Amino acid sequence: MTTRLLEVEQVSKKFCRTLRRSLWYGMQDLGRELIGRDNGHTGLRRDEFWAVKDVSFHLDRGETLGLIGHNGAGKTTILRLLNGLIKPDLGEIIVRGRMQALIALGAGFNPILTGRENVYVNASVLGFSKKEIDRRFDEIVDFSGIREFIDMPVRSYSSGMTVRLGFSVAAHLEPDILLVDEVLSVGDLAFRTKSQVRIQELKDSGVAIILVSHNLHTISHVCSRAITLDRGQILFDGNTEEAINVYRSSLISRHEEMRDDLQVGTGEIRIRGVDVLDKEGLQIEEVAVGDAIKIRFHYFASQPVNNPVFNIVIHVLNSHQVTGIRTDTDGVTTGTLQGEGYFDIDIPHLNLLPNIYTIDAVLFHEDGYTFYDRSNKIAYLKVRGGLDINGFAYLPHTWSMTHQVEASSTLSGT
Amino acid sequence: MPVNNIDSLPVTRYTSQSQMRSPGQLIKSMWRDLLRSRELAWRLFIRDVNAQYRQSLFGVVWAFIPPIITSLIFIFLNSRRVITFGDVGIPYPAFVLVGTILWQLFSESLNAPLKSVTLAQPLLAKVNFPREALILSAFYLVIFNALIKSVVLAGVVLLFGLQPAWGVVLAPLLILAIIVLGISLGLLVTPLGLLYTDVTTSLPIIVQLLFFVTPVVYPPPQTFPFSLIGVLNPISPFIIAGRDLITLGTISNLTEVLIVSGLILVLLFVSWIIYRVALPILIERISA
Repeated sequence: MTTRLLEVEQVSKKFCRTLRRSLWYGMQDLGRELIGRDNGHTGLRRDEFWAVKDVSFHLDRGETLGLIGHNGAGKTTILRLLNGLIKPDLGEIIVRGRMQALIALGAGFNPILTGRENVYVNASVLGFSKKEIDRRFDEIVDFSGIREFIDMPVRSYSSGMTVRLGFSVAAHLEPDILLVDEVLSVGDLAFRTKSQVRIQELKDSGVAIILVSHNLHTISHVCSRAITLDRGQILFDGNTEEAINVYRSSLISRHEEMRDDLQVGTGEIRIRGVDVLDKEGLQIEEVAVGDAIKIRFHYFASQPVNNPVFNIVIHVLNSHQVTGIRTDTDGVTTGTLQGEGYFDIDIPHLNLLPNIYTIDAVLFHEDGYTFYDRSNKIAYLKVRGGLDINGFAYLPHTWSMTHQVEASSTLSGT
Repeated sequence: MPVNNIDSLPVTRYTSQSQMRSPGQLIKSMWRDLLRSRELAWRLFIRDVNAQYRQSLFGVVWAFIPPIITSLIFIFLNSRRVITFGDVGIPYPAFVLVGTILWQLFSESLNAPLKSVTLAQPLLAKVNFPREALILSAFYLVIFNALIKSVVLAGVVLLFGLQPAWGVVLAPLLILAIIVLGISLGLLVTPLGLLYTDVTTSLPIIVQLLFFVTPVVYPPPQTFPFSLIGVLNPISPFIIAGRDLITLGTISNLTEVLIVSGLILVLLFVSWIIYRVALPILIERISA
């Protein structure tokens, strides 16, 4: 007896870069298919590339597998191949049991119809029978939390409400394998939590899950295993933490080679580079939480510029902004600059949680919003450690405990 | 909830192999999906009808307008002797009204599959559901419209005091054949239409052209070469037979109707296979 629910054997899929050729190749493939010749053995045609190349993996009952990789790494294509929406060009996919996808939230929703009617349509599209829908209808509506609007036309819903209703329908599927693509981040915090709890329930009941998300915290919390993809190929398959590390290193190397030399701004003074240094002034790549660092901002002014504003912006890699530091808001006057030089920003305690951060450098005119120059992701900063805590700020702290054994005696410690 | 014995689960296999290589399996899965798609097709049909009528003041009235307008034009032209078609055996207005309604049914059926599949593109790209449901729901929608139009047909028969023989009870069969013919032809061009918009653009032009080479507003010509219209055009026998059945209750071209009906069933089957085999390939192209 096998426990394999899914086997993917050396699957490849090619895509075409230009629409016109893509449509024409579609005609050719269709013709070939109709006369009974297999597609895919022809190699790459003009303008084609491998969107997924030689991918093999498997999935067992009860496993939760994360797919990570940057945009265009092939995650969604793999999901679509698994779901049988498109055919592989090479290789073979074997699926055991009922596979369903938590992808198209609100698929088939018609804005004119009420929420109630749309639940029925959407659920039918996803493969529920009428009886199943009748049985689960209340559960679905309660989960969505929009019962009072259920008999209103969907076009009067906010986009958040529509997505919640769609998610609620899809989350009540009972598949053997569930594909989840970037949908755990819909709705407000309360709904997101509810969604994650629901995924956990499905997982506990033995459903195998494949999860695609850009949120590495979700992946690291939900998945027991992860695959890192890069340009359609598997870089790593195994332990989630390691997969995330591999993904991050691939992001950094990619970022190194793709740094854009986009020149913006008026250019009288330009950014020469940004260094991250330790307190001795040596270049560093990694720091520990709370370390002292120095950010060095190199400039070159081709003509005298008066009191430019230096600005550093720190982002979580490929995600939200953490903080910014500006000379003008800090009340620093930079004076008239000409030629080459640098400014240092001393940060005595870098209280950022373990993650990878990118640094943008910006030079403004004295007015504080006209650009001299701007350079995104000019440097990066890695804070050592695992992704145990969600968020990015580390608050220096100590613990103390008061344990009341009896009303009179107390214990305390740090 | 999932059963524990994985060996008892159904196995699906996706490879690059052409589905035409294993015709037995292909036909089996087509049949299975057709059965599986009945409920979804019904649901989609209800959705479309509801949505269509909920946002309309006059509702079903719109189903009557086009054939009546077309008929009025030809009735006017005929009465002014701008064009004359000779004796058609029954009052000309009745003749042209019945013909136009049957024609309209054909043209609706022809457009239905492509329309249904095009509208469902976002769905097709994301959800794996039995693709037959789209065609089946389009079929339901055409049947629904046919029922509405039957009211007009009955009205025409009563209004002009026509007294068709008992054969009129076979008219629904003829109407069904017209619908199936339209759907089969429409289904045949659907795969191409998904790739290239040229199909959607050219369909109305072709339908317009076909209208004039089909004996809809005129009786079938008896003299060569125009008599070929009744022979080469696969829609002609059905329009002629349908009109005869509804207005007279008799059928004069039974052999032709039976032969073409057989051909239509073959056509439907071929179109279905092409549609089925084509979709995975097309979805990749339309949603990349």
